[in-house]
Order: sequence, then structure tokens, then C-alpha cells
Amino acid sequence: MPRFAVGDRVRVHKQFPPTPPSHIRTPYYIRGLSGTVERICGAFKNPEELAFGRPGTPEVPLYRVRFRQKDVWPDYDGNEADKIEIEIFEFWLDAAGDGA
Amino acid sequence: MSGNHHDRHHHGHDHDHLHPYDPEHHHPHRPDQDDTMTYYRLMEEAVRELMIEKGLVTPDDIRAEVEAMDARVPANGAKVVARAWTDPDFKKRLIETPKEAIAEAGHDIGPMKLVVLENTPEVHNVVVCTLCSCYPRWILGIPPDWYKSRSYRSRVVREPRAVLKEFGTEIAGDREVRVHDSTADMRYFVLPMRPAGTDGMSEEDLAALVHRDAMIGVTEVSGAR
Repeated sequence: MPRFAVGDRVRVHKQFPPTPPSHIRTPYYIRGLSGTVERICGAFKNPEELAFGRPGTPEVPLYRVRFRQKDVWPDYDGNEADKIEIEIFEFWLDAAGDGA
Repeated sequence: MSGNHHDRHHHGHDHDHLHPYDPEHHHPHRPDQDDTMTYYRLMEEAVRELMIEKGLVTPDDIRAEVEAMDARVPANGAKVVARAWTDPDFKKRLIETPKEAIAEAGHDIGPMKLVVLENTPEVHNVVVCTLCSCYPRWILGIPPDWYKSRSYRSRVVREPRAVLKEFGTEIAGDREVRVHDSTADMRYFVLPMRPAGTDGMSEEDLAALVHRDAMIGVTEVSGAR
């Protein structure tokens, strides 16, 4: 059961790869930032486990999260409305209040 | 450039590049590149040979799979786009249930989870995979080299408008640019806007206007020439 719903505000963990290095699908540039759940993609085997030959179960919910470019790149000079959307697994997300 | 090239090779006699072998006649050669046995190439060969030896696959299975991959070309996607432009119900299905809609159009997208992104007068979509080179191969075939380049992957998320401009695509300042980073299990396909001046064109003629880059979102489709 997905923890978040479409429209929820979420914040990506600000976390660096543990040692030894891991296999992570959350790009560095988006960590620590807040966005809005755009859609729930379904549940998938955890790639961070699969990468090490482990079964990756139980499957984890995957979301597409929408961020304002202005929040991602402080010097962004395009339209205020420009966005970036990224797939992020649930265990990388926390709930974020409005205006977070 | 071509003048210099010609001069360097002109030795006072008439010849083209199909002349017979002459050991006295030296052209600068580009080195052959088929002898670079890299680590991953060696690993691929070793694993492939082992799988054949153990009877898990046959060389014929591998050939058939390579041919199936090669048969996936951007023209498949172009046909889907043209159909969406001419059939509003199909377009709705394409956005809501892409796998089923594309199957209806005659293409199997296999296990691929596809998201169809519709370009509108308000929003322009562009696709990237910053972590590697995820691409909707099942519908568009092999990705172009630039899509896999570090430069495209790192820049299009940060300065999409500048990158689009380098592809000759200028997005109006009041139109939203939406970048889609394909980081996990979904693949993305851009449904470009139907160009003006194409009313009454057949689905087939429309499909001929649609090109690969427009379905990645770095270009738009222009009208009939």
C-alpha cells in the first residue's frame, strides 16, 4: 500500500551513499529537496537490493515526483513554471508540510 | 577542407580511391577498431559461450533477439504519433493505457512500462536519463549517441532551454519546459504537437513528418514541406 497519494508534498532524503558504495537510483542533485507526488507508478523490486544479487522483495512503491526547477537550481534562469519530474522509491521519501 | 584533403593525395597522376594496392603509395589510415577486447566485451563473450555450452540458449536465439532489437525503429513510434493525431479516442487510450494502445497499433512493447507525455501549447516535455541511458527501446529502437553522452545528461536537467536551443528548438518564454528524468522503472515517450498546416493529411503522410528526436522531446515536428 503506497504511503503517499498524488498531490502530497514529499521531501527526498539528503543522504550520501553508504560505505561500501551502493547502487542508488535517486540522483544526487535532487536529494534533500521537496516536491509533489505526480503519480504512483506501481511497486517494483528494490534495485538497491537487486544490484547485489538479492531478491529485492518485498516490492517497493515508486513515485514520480515533480519539482520546481527554481527549487532545484537556485540560479535557474528559465520560466518560473519549469519543472523536473523524477522517479523516486518510497524509502527515499518523507512527508513534507506545505511550503517545505 | 576538402581542397586540402585532395591536394595531400594528389601525386601528379590521375587516380581515385579505388586504385589497386600499391605498397609505395601511402595514405594516412584510421586505425581499425575491431581489435579492442575490452573487459566487458570479453565478459559478454565468455558468458554467451557458457550459456550456449550449457544449452540455455542457442546461437540462433541470440541472432533472433539481436534482429528483433534492430527491427525496432523510430518509424514505429512515428506511426503511433500519427494515429494519435488523427484519432482522439486512440490518443486518450495512448495516454491512459500506453501498452494496450500501442499493441492495438501493432507494436509489442514487451515488459516496458511506458509513460506518454503529451506536448501542448502550454507544456513542452523532454526526456533524459541522468544516471545511465534508459530509453524506450521497445518502441524507438537504439538510442542516439548524444542521448547517452555525459554532456546531454548533465546539462538538459540544469539548462533545458539552452540545450533545446542547440537542437534548434526555441521554446517560448511563457511555455513551461518539463524535464523527465528516467531514473528507475518507467520509460518516457513524448507525443509531439501536430504541426499547423497538416489538416487533411493522411496518417501515413503525417507519420513521415515525425522523427526520433521529437519523440525524445529535443525537437518539435514541423509541417509539410
